[in-house]
Amino acid sequence: MEKSINLTLKVWRQAGPKVKGEFETYKVDNVSTDSSFLEMLDVLNESLIKQRKEPIVFDHDCREGICGMCSLYINGHPHGPDGEITTCQLHMRNFHDGQTITVEPWRSAAFPIIKDLMVDRGAYDKIIQAGGYVSVNTGGVPDGNAIAIGKNIADEAMDAASCIGCGACAAACKNGSAMLFVAAKVSQLALLPQGKVEAAHRAKVMVAKMDELGFGNCTNTGACEAECPKNVSISHIARLNREFLSAKFKD
Amino acid sequence: MWLIDSSIGRKLIMSITGAFLVLFLLFHSCMNIVVIISPEAYNAICAFLGANWYAVAGTSVLAAGFVIHILYALVLSYQNLRARGPERYAVTKNQKGVSWASRNMLILGAVVFGFLALHMYNFWFKMQFAELSGIHTGNFEPSKGAEYVKELFSNKVYCGIYIVWLAALWLHLTHGVWSALQTTGLNNKTWLPRVKVISNIISTIVILMFMSIPVYYLFGCGSCI
Repeated sequence: MEKSINLTLKVWRQAGPKVKGEFETYKVDNVSTDSSFLEMLDVLNESLIKQRKEPIVFDHDCREGICGMCSLYINGHPHGPDGEITTCQLHMRNFHDGQTITVEPWRSAAFPIIKDLMVDRGAYDKIIQAGGYVSVNTGGVPDGNAIAIGKNIADEAMDAASCIGCGACAAACKNGSAMLFVAAKVSQLALLPQGKVEAAHRAKVMVAKMDELGFGNCTNTGACEAECPKNVSISHIARLNREFLSAKFKD
Repeated sequence: MWLIDSSIGRKLIMSITGAFLVLFLLFHSCMNIVVIISPEAYNAICAFLGANWYAVAGTSVLAAGFVIHILYALVLSYQNLRARGPERYAVTKNQKGVSWASRNMLILGAVVFGFLALHMYNFWFKMQFAELSGIHTGNFEPSKGAEYVKELFSNKVYCGIYIVWLAALWLHLTHGVWSALQTTGLNNKTWLPRVKVISNIISTIVILMFMSIPVYYLFGCGSCI
């Protein structure tokens, strides 16, 4: 059943990376509860453009929860108050009439603000470039069935691989730590025979890159797991610690 | 040196010193509980762990453990504060499953440390230190520990202070013990909830053993013997 609600939005506006930002308040009326949060922002932006005002800048792409592009810290939660979804999958039925919604960008030293709600998450790409891949050597392609992988191991690797690299973990973490992201990327490869070959090297270079980029030190609060839109478990962090420590002790 | 340069290395130091301090607390609490069971046996322990070389060596290693744990805590907290960025969130909410203790380990640690200073003055300074230095710290023999414990806890304010202190330590341990296991990599999906339960059990046992002593004297049982 469609319903309309009226809302007050407090949105972080910041003209550029070095400029001081501040909250601006907008009234949004007649928002359909069936619309998504980003659609609501689209409608607001259209009216801002009609008033010859600067529209609100925010990241978005696929709008079906798989690309990891959308962000937004909504009412104290990355990806909004609803669990296990990205912002683009958040619907206005999670809010009530007359509510004030505070929308902030990810705040982390390693994710500098580009404009308004858009942050530079290139740091995650740099961590992947450091070692989050499997080197492919030329040669004959082995038969797919020749390498048997246990069901539970395959499941664990696929769970880790569900990470979309949106940055909610580092945004939610009180320490600004990217450990859940790095742990997921290390785990998805370390669990499988193709990735195991480079596992020790991968753990070392990815953690080194993460530290270099200014992410914090994980204190195991578990906020990342609670806010992760893909529900990636902090047990992967234990695996990363194990991989990293055993690699270092072998040196 | 990767124990200083890498985040996981620094955390390894935190977890190992933390685990060492937990083992010390277990040892300490086992000895303390003796004062309730038998004051004579407790005095024997006090005499045994007086100014002997092994007790002094143990105390030095222990002090080093504390210093490293606290220094790393300060460094890690400073780095984490910087990693958060220059602007704070205007609205923050608590997430489900995130314990209050885990978010406030530094504050709890500071509370524990503050009371620790008092505790060192109350007991260590008047017992081992007095014996080592030969300073006279009042009308009591350093090896007559049980009498001294009874005297201190005859003051109900001290009983209260120690109970509050131990409550803060309990919160610190509930997060600390499982966190140390997670950091050293001794955890997985199946063991995650088990490790948390084990951690709660260990911290509760340690704290109950410690807390039974001020509670015992608070309710006047000390005068029964």
